Amino acid sequence: MTGNLHLWLLPALPLAGFLVNGLAGRRMSKSAVNAVALGSVTLAFLWTLRVFAAAHGSTEPHIERYFTWIESGGLSADFSFYLDRLTLVMLLVVTGVGAIIHFYSVGYMAHEGGYYRFFAYLNLFMFFMLVLVLASSYLLMFVGWEGVGLASFLLIGFWFRKSSASSAGNKAFIVNRIGDFGFSLGMFLMFLSFQSLDFQTVFAKAGGAPEATLTPIALLLFLGAAGKSAQLPLYVWLPDAMEGPTPVSALIHAATMVTAGVYMVARSAPIFSRSPAAMDVVAVVGLGTALFAATIGLAQTDIKKVLAYSTVSQLGYMFLALGVGGFAAGIFHLMTHAFFKALLFLGAGSVIHALGGEQDLRRMGALASRIPITCATFLAGALAIAGVPPLAGFFSKDEILIHAWQRSPVLYAVGAFTASLTAFYVFRAVFLTFYGASRVSEDAGRHLHESPVVMTIPLGLLAVLSVAGGWIPVGHWLAPVFAGTAREAVIGHGLERGLMAVSVLAGVAGIALAYWMYLVRAGTAPSRSRLGTLVENKYYVDEIYSALIVRPLVAVSTRVLWRGIDAGVIDGAVNLVGRESLSSGELLRRLQSGNLRSYAGWVVIGAVAVVAVMGAWMAR
Amino acid sequence: MVPLSWYLVLSAVLFTLGAAGVLIKRNIITIFMSIELMLNAVNLSFVAFSYHWKHIGGHLFVFFVIVVAAAEAAVGLAIIISVFRNRQTLNADDLETMKL
Repeated sequence: MTGNLHLWLLPALPLAGFLVNGLAGRRMSKSAVNAVALGSVTLAFLWTLRVFAAAHGSTEPHIERYFTWIESGGLSADFSFYLDRLTLVMLLVVTGVGAIIHFYSVGYMAHEGGYYRFFAYLNLFMFFMLVLVLASSYLLMFVGWEGVGLASFLLIGFWFRKSSASSAGNKAFIVNRIGDFGFSLGMFLMFLSFQSLDFQTVFAKAGGAPEATLTPIALLLFLGAAGKSAQLPLYVWLPDAMEGPTPVSALIHAATMVTAGVYMVARSAPIFSRSPAAMDVVAVVGLGTALFAATIGLAQTDIKKVLAYSTVSQLGYMFLALGVGGFAAGIFHLMTHAFFKALLFLGAGSVIHALGGEQDLRRMGALASRIPITCATFLAGALAIAGVPPLAGFFSKDEILIHAWQRSPVLYAVGAFTASLTAFYVFRAVFLTFYGASRVSEDAGRHLHESPVVMTIPLGLLAVLSVAGGWIPVGHWLAPVFAGTAREAVIGHGLERGLMAVSVLAGVAGIALAYWMYLVRAGTAPSRSRLGTLVENKYYVDEIYSALIVRPLVAVSTRVLWRGIDAGVIDGAVNLVGRESLSSGELLRRLQSGNLRSYAGWVVIGAVAVVAVMGAWMAR
Repeated sequence: MVPLSWYLVLSAVLFTLGAAGVLIKRNIITIFMSIELMLNAVNLSFVAFSYHWKHIGGHLFVFFVIVVAAAEAAVGLAIIISVFRNRQTLNADDLETMKL
């Protein structure tokens, strides 16, 4: 349709950046590392724009086949890329936000060791993320899926000398394994049912498949999505992932990688939409996660943890949209969320940078006049996520809530309540950070400074996107992709206005409550209720998982697998062979008397025995 | 004509005497002579069979054995002389330096 778009360039550029920086970065100057890392990502973004210009008008998918990747029995997998409007949205978000965050990182990581390593990992992440987004089959998507997991692991544990960072990396990797297990089982089942993993073939065959076939596939795929996109019950890794550098949190754990699950479910819309049961599971898990994580976010004291739980909650919102059939609305929210959440994280990073590493909200306050650009942009992001019109978050959240209303008013009510919680905790962070009385330690206050231009320009760009991003008609533009699978939001105009007003009011109420609690009544000591303690401790979910899963696993591994099977059976078998060799040698040793005459005697006896046997044999 | 079995019986008797000598005797020279006796007992069997079956193979073997025995005698006697010069003994049981 559009000729050859050379889609392979998109992942190849960051891959080249990764190889150059990863292999030679140690011996290169900082500016050379910057040129390679930023250059490759910027070129990828420019090429995305070129692809967008060529393909944005078409409604047909554009497929580029490169070579046969695997040919084995009934399985034939091509290495090929698939481009449609959904891919284009993801490409623009990934390369656009990715490039902005790369620039920001130059300022943020300026004083850190392992500079080249950081950018090599970031480029590696971009490579795998682009493979994930461009893949034309579940198998190739899985390669990108695992690859971004690897990059995420490497970057969470970037400060690997800190034990909390390396164990957070392990936690992310291991929890994701549970989800990936579901994803692979889903792929096996898909191959069993459809004899293919290629998007087009699978979707064509899914059209005629019975619900009983599609529901298990959809649920297993959703398990994978829940792992990657931090949904209940697998969300626990994301808050810990904040151990990584802040640009990583912004790029991987807010804007792009964690939305891979949303993208995967949206891409699988032809499978999900034919299984109402799976759709309900997606919607309920999404809404449950949104509410659950939002309540935890209310009581966090670490600015990045607040944003992390907010990310979990907003991802839940996206799944709610997918689950009620509003695929385009979910992707729209994915995009706006990428803008404002990346902005909030980078703003938080700028605050942390200004305070010399301080992340605790209780030791901030009154920073608005000291770091005005950070404050203004952070405020734009906060207003956007709170759903204040006409900022980006308002439009996407509103579309989701209208779809939810259509499915069931209960979903709408919980969703609107969550929206007000969202507004509350974000503005709690805003007021505690930028307004009120200063609680900044003297040491941090002395070298308090606004971030360099290389950091404030990305903040400004993202702020513009967060303010204006809602006007991009993504939902309408994506409609052809989800034709026949999405549920149209048909709703009266008056009702739509009403719902809109309610959700805006919910957000404003949250902001007002936060204002009252943290600015007006700022001096009063917070009352300690049992519920408050429960929320502050994140419902003890980590402790429960530790008691129910981790510790039994460790105990079984130690007592049965290690001491029992490994040390007992396997090592025991080896040691037994050794011991038996020794003791049988002890017996045979007696034959080797060293007495020549006895050897000769044995020879004669042996010869006689052989002759006797032969004689007896011949006589037969 | 002397039947084949007679030769074989004589050969077996000589071989047994040789083997017994190797086992029982302590003097290296005697052991050495017993080995020669065993070799020649075998030679006798070879020649007897060769004649009986009218086959040249037996003769060939005998010549080989004689050659090897000659070489062995040369080397073996040299070793024995060297041992006697060093140890002043010809008792095989005393030569046990390699025993643990």
